[in-house]
Amino acid sequence: MTHIRQTIALNDTLYETTLTKKYANRKAHVPKDPRRLTAIIPGLILELLVRPGDEVKPGQGLLVLEAMKMQNRITAHDAHTVQALHVVPGDTVTKGQLLVTFD
Amino acid sequence: MSLPKKMKDHAAKHAEATEPHPAAAAKQAAQGKLLARERITAILDADSFHEYDLFVEHKCADFGMEKKQLPGDGVITGTGTILGHPVAIFAQDFTVAGGSLGLAHARKITKIMDHAIKLGIPLIGINDSGGARIQEGVNSLAGYGEIFYRNTLASGVIPQISIILGPCAGGAVYSPALTDFVFVVDNISKMFITGPEVIKTVLGEEISMEDLGGARVQAELTGNAHFYAQSEAECFEQVKRLVTYIPWNNRKKADTFSVIPSRSEVSLEHIIPAESNKPYDVRDVIRAVCDGSDFMEVQALWAANIVVGFARMDGRTVGMIANQPMVLAGVLDVDSSDKAARFIRFCDAFNIPLVTLVDLPGYLPGIDQEHAGVIRHGAKLLYAYSEATVPKITVILRKAYGGGYIAMCSRHLGADFVFAWPCAEIAVMGPEGAANIIFKGEIAAAADPEAFRKEKVKEYTEKFASPYVAAANGHVDAVIAPHQTRDFLLHALEISEEKAELRPARKHGVPPF
Repeated sequence: MTHIRQTIALNDTLYETTLTKKYANRKAHVPKDPRRLTAIIPGLILELLVRPGDEVKPGQGLLVLEAMKMQNRITAHDAHTVQALHVVPGDTVTKGQLLVTFD
Repeated sequence: MSLPKKMKDHAAKHAEATEPHPAAAAKQAAQGKLLARERITAILDADSFHEYDLFVEHKCADFGMEKKQLPGDGVITGTGTILGHPVAIFAQDFTVAGGSLGLAHARKITKIMDHAIKLGIPLIGINDSGGARIQEGVNSLAGYGEIFYRNTLASGVIPQISIILGPCAGGAVYSPALTDFVFVVDNISKMFITGPEVIKTVLGEEISMEDLGGARVQAELTGNAHFYAQSEAECFEQVKRLVTYIPWNNRKKADTFSVIPSRSEVSLEHIIPAESNKPYDVRDVIRAVCDGSDFMEVQALWAANIVVGFARMDGRTVGMIANQPMVLAGVLDVDSSDKAARFIRFCDAFNIPLVTLVDLPGYLPGIDQEHAGVIRHGAKLLYAYSEATVPKITVILRKAYGGGYIAMCSRHLGADFVFAWPCAEIAVMGPEGAANIIFKGEIAAAADPEAFRKEKVKEYTEKFASPYVAAANGHVDAVIAPHQTRDFLLHALEISEEKAELRPARKHGVPPF
């Protein structure tokens, strides 16, 4: 058996073992920032429904994102004031791209 | 037509339907791929293949299809034997219209599937197809649906084996996914729901077919494939070997082979390192206890922190499930629970006893694990073990902590026999963690916290990190020396041969899929 150098700590015990590629390459958890709205799916921005400074209520439409042959109305999760819009109609966005920031 | 002329005419018709198109055949060969007929011949016993539906024709009259004659409609079906075991087989022929699936093609497949279910013989499918025959429209989709339906009806009734020897994309890939074992070959197998082209168009992301859904990806990353080979020839050897381990159907047991003692040179007494945080290869333990040290590992490359596969004990097939301390310390996590649960359900459906070897520190901690649903996936393992009514025999080799102890076929999940080696540590958690929690206040208040902590760890280790508390409670039936393992397993399996366990009637359970 090849010499094993990797370790994993479980219940205060350090175990000598090998790590799987999946485990070794796992990404650190990034908490979601409620003040940043990002695209959950890549697509095309069709329409903006709010302007900077607008107060939005939960469930209120922010913009229309066309993806998977569907015009998806992207809505606000919480009550916020729109700080800035980072896209304009006609923009193609990738998954995770910043769309709207809130105060 | 005179009789001799009819015979000659038949020979000509047969030749026309079976001889490959030279250009298409050359293209197939250039990719390192055998022709569909060559594949069938390579898998089955010599001269055992009997072909049916050679003269089936499609009925599509749209988009110029009425002028196209497709020999066998792009799929070869029949029956034969593998090392004397009867099997039903179909092979898609990429040289005929890209192996595309139309209704006649699908109906040939469903017909041979219906045969296999009724006759109670394993089904082997060789997938090599460009996908749906678009000219046939919804009829092509109907064909896929009828195949999936039969895959599901056959599940747990006859073993179903899928060999991916070319593209298998879109809806088509769900047929293999519904079968019991998927074989892939490096550089030849390509499996995905949406291909690189669509991904590029929709997402703007570029990836090669190989990186998206090649053999290695399916065997190592996704767990969609169970067996990975470098060449078609190696793959066929794997298929033949697997067939010897499994029964024809769920009413039978797997064939019994002559008994060969373990050939392992490794002494079981010396496999386990003295320190409980040191790794070893649990497959050495499997090889040391099973017949001829012959172990056929399933999904060897995926979720390697658990080892599952087939071996024989006294000539009879058993399913082995073992934590692998060499990988991720042998923890249970989303993938390893999923992998073991599926294997256990296969064994239970096909009357294959389960032998579980336990050595795990517990579940893998992590935000990614929790958010990936380790509760739901981990529950699959509890469900599969509890549901299984085949003989269940467990050997606790070393660590059996917490939820991991319960999950790994403990007495409490219905194990028929639980044995433990003297070095077994059966407790709620490891001594370090336990002492740190129980004596938290006292450690902090001690004059020399580190010395006090070490003392308490030692105390806990002596009291609980052994098999004797579990044995005193009857949760472990016998504490055995490692060298007695094969003998205890053989005896337990022998006396469990006629095990019958009746459960309340139900349509089916609701496992946490």
